[in-house]
Amino acid sequence: MKDAFGAPQSLLLLGGTSAIGLATARRLIARRTRTVWLAGRPSPELAAAAGSLRALGAEVRVVPFDALDTDAHAERLGRVFAEGDVDLVLLAFGIPGDQTRDEADPAAAVRVAQTNYTGAVSAALVCAAALQAQGHGSLVVLSSVAGERGRRADFIYGSSKAGLDVFAQGLGDALYGTGVHVMVVRPGAVRRPGTAGRPGGPTATTPEAVAGAIELGLRRRSETVWVPGPLRLVASALRHVPRPLHRRLPV
Amino acid sequence: MAVESFVQDDDCVPLTGAGGTAPSLALLVRPRSAPEAARAVLGRGARGVVARGHGGTCGDAAQNAGGTVLDLTGLDRIQGLDATAGVVVCEAGTGLDRLARALLPHGWQPPLDLAGGLRPAGRRGPGTVGGALASGGLAGRLRSLELLTADGSVRTVRPGDPLCDATTGGLGLTGVILSATLALRPVETAYLRDRATGFRDADALLAHWTGDAPGERHARAWVELSGRGRAVLTTAEPVPYDGLPRGHRARRDPLAPPRSGGAGGLRPLPGLARAHALLPSGLRALSALPAPAGTATGPGSGPGHVTGTSAGRSRPTGPLAALGGFGLPLPGLPGLPGAPGPVGPFVRYRCAVPEGREEALRGILALLAHRRSPARAARHARVERVHADGTGPLAFPVRGWCLALDVPAGARGLGPFLDLVDERVAAAGGRVCLAEDARLRPALLPVMYPRLDAFRELRAAHDPRSVFRSDLARRLGVWKSWE
Repeated sequence: MKDAFGAPQSLLLLGGTSAIGLATARRLIARRTRTVWLAGRPSPELAAAAGSLRALGAEVRVVPFDALDTDAHAERLGRVFAEGDVDLVLLAFGIPGDQTRDEADPAAAVRVAQTNYTGAVSAALVCAAALQAQGHGSLVVLSSVAGERGRRADFIYGSSKAGLDVFAQGLGDALYGTGVHVMVVRPGAVRRPGTAGRPGGPTATTPEAVAGAIELGLRRRSETVWVPGPLRLVASALRHVPRPLHRRLPV
Repeated sequence: MAVESFVQDDDCVPLTGAGGTAPSLALLVRPRSAPEAARAVLGRGARGVVARGHGGTCGDAAQNAGGTVLDLTGLDRIQGLDATAGVVVCEAGTGLDRLARALLPHGWQPPLDLAGGLRPAGRRGPGTVGGALASGGLAGRLRSLELLTADGSVRTVRPGDPLCDATTGGLGLTGVILSATLALRPVETAYLRDRATGFRDADALLAHWTGDAPGERHARAWVELSGRGRAVLTTAEPVPYDGLPRGHRARRDPLAPPRSGGAGGLRPLPGLARAHALLPSGLRALSALPAPAGTATGPGSGPGHVTGTSAGRSRPTGPLAALGGFGLPLPGLPGLPGAPGPVGPFVRYRCAVPEGREEALRGILALLAHRRSPARAARHARVERVHADGTGPLAFPVRGWCLALDVPAGARGLGPFLDLVDERVAAAGGRVCLAEDARLRPALLPVMYPRLDAFRELRAAHDPRSVFRSDLARRLGVWKSWE
């Protein structure tokens, strides 16, 4: 059960090697979290992530989970919920892809879209049903500011996140009043190994900052969280920039 | 498909405690009779059932996410009164205010002690008899109670029986209290004489209070957490008939319940000169007090002086407002009487510190009032004396001191700060009130409640399939040992 400050006692991290997901897990373990489920493709990184969280004192269990294998989602995730209540599901998996290469390789682009969108839709629906059955819990969906408006630099990734973002907003409304809380997190460019080369600027953020924003959002039961906060105003302004101008902007 | 589908029902409602934090969805059933309640318990889902009264406590003790919650406010009949012996039999959902109002013309009063673990009433109501019993109040005056157990049968249990002791303060985890037989306290008039004393700070208050030999039953103090740290001690005692001023209109009908509002209980004697009228706002109330030197009492607070500090006068009207006096929990709203409570979700921190550990109490008060403490957002802490230990394994009362404050849940850094206060309370041998708790670290539960294992054994014997469950039990791992 979450406490009065929205601090969960159990966490299901979909995308067990995600930098933001692990930073959030570390932060929550420092509060109340005792049980962590790491869902991801079995790999040395996943085992290392589990080990690092165990070292913090949490009881960590690993679930094999592949976003692309949507047929297995219900069974795999159902097993987690059968073991006990999950207070927080953090949907953190996603791949950034390589825009220039993916434009020439439709199969790779489809893989980005399937991982970030269809895989996430399937997993989120399975988790939402289970959370609804237990009558409480939060589903936190990691979206991205890239999904806010199509950009030349990353529209394949951005379009998949845009779809996920709209899906999560609607899911939040569908679950309103059921005791289940859905929160969409829209970080700016996150400085982490995968996106080291991307432009940063004032809207860039870190996994730790996103984790802090998620914790605060859980306490306030926010529905949308921008990280950093002023990004909301920047994105709102960019949304209204005429396209010829937007095309030329270095964003 | 391993994920069970869940059919939404119109009777499924999100429930919270009075604090408004951590909502969870449950199927709310409102039985009108004991057999209906038994049917609801037997027809529960996989996630169990728990009883609920007015929902006036701040924690998640009366929530059951994904399960069934029995709203007992439909069971509100006063079944019998022995007006000579002073014993009443009433159903669990009977409101304490209604009970008090019904008993007053007969010269009796519900046996409520402020300090007996009973909470001050929240904005949702003064609570029900069953709620007071489940959160540990009324225990000293309980004669017997009817308990609906996990197998759907009704058992009559009396104090001394382990099941009865575990039920008082047992947070509804042993069964559903259907009705209770309570010994009453006689009163000659519907009035009480109250008095307020101002102190420079909490130390002066505690020095005065520990030195005071006579047991003041209805005594409660407020300590300013922000500002100058002053304290007010309010005490009250029922007025005997002879104590009513000659010619006072109260002499004509000394036991008349208040005419306006849905009030019950004793109230301050009206119509007499007041030395100082306290204003609605808590802070203004404090500043209206004289700035006393040391433990000097306020003007005119000598014997026989009557003031309106405790109730009624300056409070907003409404069904709760007239529920005056010390015999019943004060309506309200945290801080001084009439003070507005926190706006939005809040966390009520209520803890007990045993007698003899006054230095720990002072330390906790100093910690709460520290310049950078998030608890300053509460503005006041309430301090009460508790005169007896609770009986059950999960009973909250500890002979000594009880401290309570309501802090807005959004106060920055409040969670870790209250964890720190928990450590101090546990180190002093005290405990946190589970009925009001929404945030205790589970590892501290066995430290604060050393008889928890006895409770678990009793539960295992009477309810092996964990029929009675609540969000609080899940969160704190009440029935599973926590590493």
